[in-house]
Amino acid sequence: MKRVYLDNNATTMVDPQAYELMLPYFCEKYGNPNSLHDFGSETHPALRKAMDQLYAGIGADDMDDIIVTSCATESNNWVLKGIYFDKIVTGEKDHIITTSVEHPAIGATCSFLESLGVRITKLDVNSEGLINPDDLRNAIDDKTALVSIMWANNETGAIFPIKELVQIAHERGVLFHTDGVQAVGKIKVDVKDAGVDFMSFSAHKFHGPKGIGGLFIKNSQKLTSLLHGGEHMGGRRSGTLNVPYIVAMGEALEIANKFIDFENIHVKRLRDKLEDALLEIPDVTVVGKREHRVPNTILASIKGVEGEAMLWDLNKAGIAASTGSACASETLESNPIMEAIGADKELAHTALRLSLSRFNTEEEIDYAIEHIKKATQRLRAISSTFAYAPQWHKSGL
Amino acid sequence: MAKNTLIGGSIWDEYSQKVQDRMNNPKFMGEITEEEAKEKGCKLIIADFGAESCGDAVRLYWAVDEKTDIIKDAKFRSFGCGTAIASSDTMAELCIGKTVDEAVKITNIDVEKAMRDNPETPAVPPQKMHCSVMAYDVIKAAAAQYKGIDPEHFEDEIIVCECARVSLGTIKEVIRLNDLKTVEEITQYTKAGAFCKSCIKPGGHEKREYYLVDILAETRAEMEREKLTAIANAKTSDLGADMSFEELNTIGQFKAVEQLMDTDIRPMLAMDGGNLDIIDIRKDDDGKIDIYIRYLGACSGCASGASGTLFAIEAVLKENLSQNIRVMPI
Repeated sequence: MKRVYLDNNATTMVDPQAYELMLPYFCEKYGNPNSLHDFGSETHPALRKAMDQLYAGIGADDMDDIIVTSCATESNNWVLKGIYFDKIVTGEKDHIITTSVEHPAIGATCSFLESLGVRITKLDVNSEGLINPDDLRNAIDDKTALVSIMWANNETGAIFPIKELVQIAHERGVLFHTDGVQAVGKIKVDVKDAGVDFMSFSAHKFHGPKGIGGLFIKNSQKLTSLLHGGEHMGGRRSGTLNVPYIVAMGEALEIANKFIDFENIHVKRLRDKLEDALLEIPDVTVVGKREHRVPNTILASIKGVEGEAMLWDLNKAGIAASTGSACASETLESNPIMEAIGADKELAHTALRLSLSRFNTEEEIDYAIEHIKKATQRLRAISSTFAYAPQWHKSGL
Repeated sequence: MAKNTLIGGSIWDEYSQKVQDRMNNPKFMGEITEEEAKEKGCKLIIADFGAESCGDAVRLYWAVDEKTDIIKDAKFRSFGCGTAIASSDTMAELCIGKTVDEAVKITNIDVEKAMRDNPETPAVPPQKMHCSVMAYDVIKAAAAQYKGIDPEHFEDEIIVCECARVSLGTIKEVIRLNDLKTVEEITQYTKAGAFCKSCIKPGGHEKREYYLVDILAETRAEMEREKLTAIANAKTSDLGADMSFEELNTIGQFKAVEQLMDTDIRPMLAMDGGNLDIIDIRKDDDGKIDIYIRYLGACSGCASGASGTLFAIEAVLKENLSQNIRVMPI
């Protein structure tokens, strides 16, 4: 059976070149880089290169820190909890601003901090999935410690105007963190130009391995550590370095950035082709304008077709998609992003997320279009909420 | 949390083959028209339950023979996940050949069991158990329509755990009868909360009107209030009938002694211009209950306070409250 992977916002295939590059660091050059012998020190050139690739890949300066973490979830937790220890528990500040469409790594951490007495403000988004910068301006007060707003949304692909939002926060002396996990490798990300104080990222979203990521900290700024222990990463994040994964992450980021133009031309063209085909089906809506989205993502609602039922049919055809956050696939609640953007409750249960990568082919997209149409036809024939409406009968779908 | 729950798996792996087959090829999907019902000599019933906004909606068609009340044919349409489609299909099949009254007795458990490949293994993962519940509700809606009555006629109880169909009344009763103190005990006794677990506490995969943690806390609080009321009643009325003096807490004992002082002892002392105060009640290590008193008025300094009067007071208290009482003037 043909297999088509259209769930690249959940995770991606490791780039073969990055994979090849990391292999020697498992069985040949396996020394602990902190050890004072040749087994350890022979890993240093590769580590140095990978760190250079990461710094160059996001536009960081030598005075900045990029700390390798296990993933963006750890990085997000670190920033929020670090700020709590640095500025909130001391009584200096008491407030964090975020949005209602963040990944649970931000949302759930904020809820936890709220239980400790932190004031949390969640900015709402409009029907395009974007926030109004004025809402941020109005939400900041003298006790605001941090603004944390994602660079691009994992569900809708909506790109937030990070540079403008950073300026608003900085005008009031407030630190700015962005969860860059869905932006890095898909669009040009330059932390210096954007001015962010902190940025989280995960390698497995840009064709690196799972279980490795990073946190950018501007100008080596103070941030209480999440993991205390040895002197790894300058003592900022203890734990023996995962050399093979760091090597692969650096390489994957460099390759992804080389493919940014390809992403914005060829991947976007395939995405738009798929999206156009979906929109040919009556009563299908797509969230957000294409020009405001990362080039690989579609969040569609297919009237009358429950999201999980659609996934069942697509999976049978070998097609991987998502109804929303993969983390939420075992829950029965409707897609929270769909509700956050003010979509009708009816539509919230009909969300289908399709996310492409540079490894998808035209043939795969044609195959996906064929099977999404077939599944829509079958499930609408069963559906009790679709079958009654005469105009839908006429359409033949 | 345990080893098996640390790595989540594909919920589809937990679907029985029967569920998968019905998801792929529902046999009873479709409609029954007025004409088709007439051809069968039947009355057409069309009932809806749920809404797309809830994530599940089902429409049930019945062709019912009005002479026998037997459902001759049943079909469905369903907006929902694969489990909802499979459950609706099974539910429609189970209705056929039954009378309306018999069909009303089909529960979600019956539907789920009918979809099992073997009797011991659930047909769907725990969090999907509730998808078969809709089947139960739409049958009630159809039966109510056929009989021209309100669907609530069939709803005599509030169901807290939809998966195991355990009512609020049953849970409260079991807590009281067995003096249950934990949610785990409730699950052991009733199976409520054993499946999808969303009725245990807020934060599960779906919001519930009632949660076991709240029912337990409220019922325990009610039980505690009732106990206190019993104590209070015991203190003010027929003390000793329900509860011994020893079983009362200190406040209860104090009030009981005070009451007896007012009715039987103070009038006696008042005749000589005296009175007393209860200072403390303490339980001695030897099991005796010492009641410390202080004489007031004429009784204060009276020689009889350590002999005759003291014995009289002690005798009244012993006779009415407990033989273990000792009165200690200070």
